[in-house]
Amino acid sequence: MQNFQTNTNPMADKGGYSQGQIGETITLNIGPSHPSTHGVLRLKTEFDGDLITRVEPVVGYLHRGQEKIAENLTYNQFVPFTDRLDYLASMCNNIAFVQCAEKLADIDATPRCKAVRVICCELSRIASHLVGLAAYAMDAGSTTGFMYCFTQREKILTLFEALTGARMTASFARVGGMARDLPDGWLGSVNVFLNQFAPALEEIDKFITRNRIFIERTEGIGVVTAQQAMQYGFTGPNLRGSGIDTDLRKTNPYLGYENYDFDVPIGTHGDAYDRWLVRMEEMRQSSRIVRQAMEKMPDGPINIDDPKIVMPRKDKVLTSMEELIHNFTVATQGPDIPKGEAYFEADNPKGALGFYIMSMGGGVPYRVKIRAPSFVTLSALQHILPGHHNSDITVVLGSLDFVLGECDR
Amino acid sequence: MYSNNPILFAAADAAVPLWDGVLDVILMIVFSLIAIVVVMTFAGLSVVAERKVCAFMQGRYGPNRTAIPWIAAIPGVGTVLRSFGLMQLVADALKFLLKEDPLPNHVNKPWYLAAPAIALTPVLTVACLIPCGVIYADSGKIPMSVADVDLSLILALAIGSLGAYGAVIAGWSSNSKYPYFGGVRASAQMISYELTMGICALTVAIWVAPVTGKPFSLFAIADSQSGAMWLCITQPLTAFLFLVALFAETNRLPFDMAESETDLVSGFHTEYGSFKFGLFFVGEYGHVAVASALFATLFLGGWNPLPGLSWPADWGWVSSVLCVLTFLVKVAAMIFFFIWMRWSVPRFRYDQVMRLGWQCLVPLALANFVFYIILRAAM
Repeated sequence: MQNFQTNTNPMADKGGYSQGQIGETITLNIGPSHPSTHGVLRLKTEFDGDLITRVEPVVGYLHRGQEKIAENLTYNQFVPFTDRLDYLASMCNNIAFVQCAEKLADIDATPRCKAVRVICCELSRIASHLVGLAAYAMDAGSTTGFMYCFTQREKILTLFEALTGARMTASFARVGGMARDLPDGWLGSVNVFLNQFAPALEEIDKFITRNRIFIERTEGIGVVTAQQAMQYGFTGPNLRGSGIDTDLRKTNPYLGYENYDFDVPIGTHGDAYDRWLVRMEEMRQSSRIVRQAMEKMPDGPINIDDPKIVMPRKDKVLTSMEELIHNFTVATQGPDIPKGEAYFEADNPKGALGFYIMSMGGGVPYRVKIRAPSFVTLSALQHILPGHHNSDITVVLGSLDFVLGECDR
Repeated sequence: MYSNNPILFAAADAAVPLWDGVLDVILMIVFSLIAIVVVMTFAGLSVVAERKVCAFMQGRYGPNRTAIPWIAAIPGVGTVLRSFGLMQLVADALKFLLKEDPLPNHVNKPWYLAAPAIALTPVLTVACLIPCGVIYADSGKIPMSVADVDLSLILALAIGSLGAYGAVIAGWSSNSKYPYFGGVRASAQMISYELTMGICALTVAIWVAPVTGKPFSLFAIADSQSGAMWLCITQPLTAFLFLVALFAETNRLPFDMAESETDLVSGFHTEYGSFKFGLFFVGEYGHVAVASALFATLFLGGWNPLPGLSWPADWGWVSSVLCVLTFLVKVAAMIFFFIWMRWSVPRFRYDQVMRLGWQCLVPLALANFVFYIILRAAM
């Protein structure tokens, strides 16, 4: 009655791990709708007993043609679409995209704008890492760890709601500035959050990081050596987890990251536990950066003074002819970006998110290419997973922390 | 002795009118029903407790909104029932009963239908063996259990282990890969940890053997702890090993290999829905309740309030009531412990569970067994 599809074991003649157990294998389809594939990832896996012999990740279930959509929208209109890339850190995507457009138009954002962007990026990084670690803890079986992380993330989302009006899909950045300046007292709320965040992280550390079972589950699992990580094109925390000291915020500073004092944590073994530790430490470093940015928050305008790029002030629009015309032009035709092409990469929570924009002039890009770190991360799965146990799949997936919205774009 | 088997009793002793035998049978059925109702109630209450305790640990409220129309309107009582989530229990039960009961086409139907019953029945049977108190009569102590069998400890372990068949048959008959994995894991795990449980039970039996004449009777083991040290104090390692094995037997975190919802979706009952899933669900919590009762009987002194203390015999029925209450408090505390652990620790991996069972717990239990044999012989 059991009618399982059987195949010959590809690892059998390699002699490898399964001495004495060589035989038939079982094919198991995991996803696209499965509790721990973090979205709509599908894995075609093949097992020899409980051990994985072959994995084939299938992506694309969330493909929306974002790059093509971008060709028909003005730069600012495309910002909400970047929210839907890595939807756990929407602000980082917004900012990376407008940074690319600004690089193309050779615009230098105002100092206040840069500081606000840094705060937004780093808070988003904390929020994203919290979700990543929460899902990771959940995959290892700790539901309470999941709730501990989500409690903190909830507080960040409340801050974002006060700032942008949206909790997850913020759409806050604009070419040449931000949608609006910081509301009164917002930095105070951020400070309140950060003050309680450090002890909360300690608690998560005690609860999960030093838990014997969690360490047993993650140590030596999903090892990616430094060389492999570079070969697959890993970026961000996953690359740093493999022991390579590379952070775009340090090597190619943008948004004035060179002015902030922070450390880049790196792993030593490149296993799942290292990636957990790196993310935990990155959250601490991010709160350090936010504190510094708040301390030296410059005064002045948040948007640049260029009527061809940014919307004029609303009160001027209602009273003055010229501002009304600019408002109309920027809203309908988009910011005036010169002809040319530019590539910009930002160190996002999931890795280096790159935007390549080709412009033929005017307010609509001719071509946009998105370099999604999650896509790159997933490409390594078929090399990482074989030889692991069935239950390790969830742990490895959790430790790589990808988002399918970004991978499939 | 004969009272254990009323039919045999009636047939063997013709001098007694047949009516007595029939009465005995009816009484037995009534007692069994009471035991079942008590286990079911405990199972239901532990579901609510689980949701409330986990909510408390995670900084949430848990179920506090479900309301049954007229009852919730009673001032005071309604509010309390609602905020403690007790009406959620009724709503859950109704949901299991009233939902559409799907029968997938690809399953092996007879076994698929039998599996939930196979999972639940052993739990209820074991519940009948556990003495939850004592009645002080003129003729001596009468245990408050449905069936007072001389070998009740062995019987409880034997019948309890049949529960594994529920998981295995469910996993196999579902004809689907996730349940299949779950079933395989469940069977391997339960068989491995039964060994530890058995050795621990033996350790207890040889320890109490000189004190009581019936070392394998749960009642005798619990009774040997009245007015004496509890076995969790005299045999801490045995108690600990037995507890770990109980966690594995009941498929609770950190050992819930059979369900393992992150990688196996829902384990052996992935293909089940509605009332059939409800039976598994009740069976799981019933298992927890019975395991707690078993642990309380063996190691926590059964119905005795404190180590070295017991409710005085000359208080009559008051003492009996106190015995039952004490026992229920202990069971509730153990259930809380089960829940507490579940929401505190991550899950082991399957091979780690097996390694822990065979390479750590079994040798430890054996060494512990030998140690207590020597100690007993020396005493």
